[in-house]
Amino acid sequence: MFPELNNLLNTTPDRAEQGKLTLLCDAKTDGSFLVHHFLSFYLKANCKVCFVALIQSFSHYNIVGQKLGVSLTTARERGQLVFLEGLKSSVDVFFRAQEEPHPLQFLREANAETLQPLYEFVREALKPVDSGEAAWRYPVLLVDDLSVLLSLGVGVVAVLDFVHYCRATVCWELKGNMVALVHDSVDTEDEENDVLLNGLSHQSHLILRAEGLATGFCRDVHGQLTILWRRALRTTAQREQILTYQYKIQDKNVSFFARGMSPAVL
Amino acid sequence: MLDSLLALGGLVLLRDSVECEGRSLLKALIKKSALCGEQVHILGCEVSEEEFREGYDSDINSRLVYHNLFRDPLNWSKNGKAFPEGPLGALRALCRRTDPGPVTVALDSLSWLLLHLPCTILCQTLHALSHRSSCPDSSSSMERVRVLGLLHEELHGPGPVGALSSLAQVEVTLSGMLSQTSANILYRRPRQRPTHQTQCFSILPDFSLNLQGMSTLESQPHPDPPTTQADPTAHLTFNLRLSEKEKEAKDSLTLPFQFSSEKQQALLCSGPGQATSCIFYEPDAYDDLDHEDPDDDLDI
Repeated sequence: MFPELNNLLNTTPDRAEQGKLTLLCDAKTDGSFLVHHFLSFYLKANCKVCFVALIQSFSHYNIVGQKLGVSLTTARERGQLVFLEGLKSSVDVFFRAQEEPHPLQFLREANAETLQPLYEFVREALKPVDSGEAAWRYPVLLVDDLSVLLSLGVGVVAVLDFVHYCRATVCWELKGNMVALVHDSVDTEDEENDVLLNGLSHQSHLILRAEGLATGFCRDVHGQLTILWRRALRTTAQREQILTYQYKIQDKNVSFFARGMSPAVL
Repeated sequence: MLDSLLALGGLVLLRDSVECEGRSLLKALIKKSALCGEQVHILGCEVSEEEFREGYDSDINSRLVYHNLFRDPLNWSKNGKAFPEGPLGALRALCRRTDPGPVTVALDSLSWLLLHLPCTILCQTLHALSHRSSCPDSSSSMERVRVLGLLHEELHGPGPVGALSSLAQVEVTLSGMLSQTSANILYRRPRQRPTHQTQCFSILPDFSLNLQGMSTLESQPHPDPPTTQADPTAHLTFNLRLSEKEKEAKDSLTLPFQFSSEKQQALLCSGPGQATSCIFYEPDAYDDLDHEDPDDDLDI
């Protein structure tokens, strides 16, 4: 996890809020550093994490996690982390007996109308274990990412239903948290992706949006992060708080600074 | 006026966006209905019952009947607790209710229903819901049920939004930045022209409406506020019109290349005041002077 991002979000692993959906989105840049941040954050917070990783392999996340101070291998071995490696297990869909439902069953179907098997996998992974003492604090679901499901042929309503059911189970029933990454198709007009992004924005409590700079690539400033807390209208504080920072990704850390205040230009 | 939205029956459409959420306004209108002594039925699809009831005190909560479509709307858990006929069945069950007295139905949200049901069926069901007849055998006219629907307008194309908009008696579009929220209210009263108002408001922590400034524009469904056009002929650096003297001077001016009879006379006879001019030429040895007139053969 990145300590500076924790400061900006005003949170630490010990006193994070529960029952929240956090939406990560990126536009014209790679927002996966936010996924690595939340993965290491919740592992350090001693939460039970279910990670639906559809983009990269386990070893990729493990290598980055080690730079951030967590070992995914250890977490998986002691039962803290349930890891669905999409790239590897997608092949199992074709070599399994068809009666057994696979989380990525939708890959076999021409028009995937439902992601219920994937939801059942998540529910099974995060259900509280009756072992007398609570080993982990609260469950967390991490999805990287949801846009690839649209590319794989799943309808946008099916993806929204999957997020709805995960939210109902993980956030409401189990009082856990959910973090999902969605890409924003700014230049390509992808209507389904826009519906997915807007639909999730309405349901989220916190939206982190990473954008590339409008002027292009820069060596010292890699992009801009917008943090949006969606609060109800009725709070006496500011209705919505929007903060914008620029960031630079280093080897083991990400540094944040106010716009125009990069150390390289000061 | 925002607080007289509930005076009309029929469908009240609340259109919100990611920047300006509308659930708080929906809850504020529900509170107003409940305080008038009505029963309020809520079809909750997007948030849990606890989250929806949060912020209401107990006597308002006692008037709210929450139909829970959040927990298991599509019957995935198959434990018998979900609505057997799905979202459409739940909506139709609201139509078949037989409670007496005025009632308000809140749909949270219409967007969720529109994503899961065909638009035509949803519109037909909404129409049946808002024009419900309480007793088919009584001679009284149809009871008007008030329906509040929350719609996230970025999620749908113009077709479905337009269809729902045409069903609505009142349409409230929320906009605003940070602390200033405004509602653009469009009233469609039967046999009258649509009227439009804009009202700024805020919602207090107990879901009471705090109304602020208001402006009214009649008969314009999508108005721009009429701005007074600046007079383009003011403050010019040149004249657009001529005075009489200037007109005479202009008319009497002879143009330099216009061949009038005066000019012809002036050319043919050289005037008395003109100085005669002579050219003196000294031919040198190589000049070939021809004393014939080269224009002799011209017939002038």
